[in-house]
Amino acid sequence: MLKVENLKVRYGMIEAIKGISFEVQDGEIVTLIGANGAGKTTTMHAISGLIKAQEGSIMLDGVELTKVPGHKIVGMGLAQVPEGRHVFAQQTVEENLLLGAYLRKDRGDITRELEEVYQTFPRLGERSTQPAGTLSGGEQQMLAMGRALMTSPKILLMDEPSMGLSPLLVSEIFQIIEEINQKGTTILLVEQNAKRALAIAHHAYVLETGRITLEGTGEELARDERVRKAYLGG
Amino acid sequence: MRFLSYLMSGLGLGSVYAIIALGYTMVYGIAKMLNFAHGDIIMIGAYVSFFALTRFGLPVLAAVPAAMAVCTVLGVLIERMAYKPLRQATSLSVLITAIGVSYFLQNAAQILWSSSTKVFPAVISNGALQLGELSISYLTLVTILTCVVVMVCLTLFINHTKTGSAMRACAEDKGAAMLMGINVNRIISLTFAIGSALAAIAAILLCASYPQVFPTLGSMPGIKAFTAAVFGGIGSIPGAFVGGLLLGIIEILSRAYISTQLSDAIVFGVLVVVLLIKPTGILGRKLSEKV
Repeated sequence: MLKVENLKVRYGMIEAIKGISFEVQDGEIVTLIGANGAGKTTTMHAISGLIKAQEGSIMLDGVELTKVPGHKIVGMGLAQVPEGRHVFAQQTVEENLLLGAYLRKDRGDITRELEEVYQTFPRLGERSTQPAGTLSGGEQQMLAMGRALMTSPKILLMDEPSMGLSPLLVSEIFQIIEEINQKGTTILLVEQNAKRALAIAHHAYVLETGRITLEGTGEELARDERVRKAYLGG
Repeated sequence: MRFLSYLMSGLGLGSVYAIIALGYTMVYGIAKMLNFAHGDIIMIGAYVSFFALTRFGLPVLAAVPAAMAVCTVLGVLIERMAYKPLRQATSLSVLITAIGVSYFLQNAAQILWSSSTKVFPAVISNGALQLGELSISYLTLVTILTCVVVMVCLTLFINHTKTGSAMRACAEDKGAAMLMGINVNRIISLTFAIGSALAAIAAILLCASYPQVFPTLGSMPGIKAFTAAVFGGIGSIPGAFVGGLLLGIIEILSRAYISTQLSDAIVFGVLVVVLLIKPTGILGRKLSEKV
């Protein structure tokens, strides 16, 4: 479904991504793990068009994304839950969700999808008229996820969904990620919580200072000596 | 009674400031830039309506949309040609460019229409509404009414339409807005279009009370309205409204009771005091960056 080849991204003189290639198959959960500054978020931003790649190709179902203007990518079925949630703090929960459906025309579909999001995240339903800025961190994460789901994506990119959340919430979020995947949405997950990410991933890649150094199934990498040392605490 | 009638003319002048201030505040809110050429859009609007009324003999109700159309196109073109290439540049570069655009428009007007002052025809009848002892000129009434209608329409549009919600989204977080599929460039264009159309309305109201058209006519109202926008809290639409009205009232009252010469100094002095006490303006939001 998503195929990244020889992707290079520079910020001025600094090369953040030094030519990486990876693939996400239809229906999978794929995770990129790596330390701070490895280039995980940069990779996500390049895929969803928030920054321009200098070289390489990003193919979504056979279409070259590097040539598509950023705002058109979501309409092609690729949504991103950005790191740090980035909800629209001054708009209500429901307005945030409806902005997710910005490109969709069918009102009936939108209403159905809204109901579905409220079922997945009942707390958003309870707070639908509250400004998003008044939500807790966990609720904002749910809102960011719900908002991305409102675009009705084929593939969902999630950047550090567990960041800053309590262990209980982290479990809940990971459970929901699996549920979303089981309902048929392909997922590309970036996480510092490597243990959790590898546990649910079909396929995984290790990113180190702009390069992919290891790949395998989630299980394989979870057992790998080097991964255990560097990312799983021994 | 005299105080009340000063208050009414203050509200009238303030209404014009408020309409201009909306342009500053919306562009600042969404494009995060101070469009110092906004005052000169007013000047262009004044010339367009002047020619529409005199040379083409159009009625006022046709001159208004004509001026609005020209200003809208001009505002969008300026954004596209002068500001859009600087989207990634520092705010100082954009500010200097805006000042450059302002001088460009003033000098273009001087070349095209000479620097001599043209007399704007009377567009609103001279009469006044008598309420007991208080008399309010029709012009003041029309001006205040226009401002209220503009405010109500704009507020409804921003708060209750999908495009309005997209505009608010862009004001808060352009990256996240793009991830929703919002074409941020188009929203910025739209903002300039609305601001410039409002500048054209302001131009006609302004020329109806001060019937002189000249190339630098937009400078002073532009700066005053900018002050009003900052006064009310730049980026806030109700702030522009409140700031504009207050500024108009302060200006007229200081002219009436203190000194005509000092009125501008007093107006700007009030701004300094407000900013010392509340740096974000009366209705401005606290600037907080969440990490």
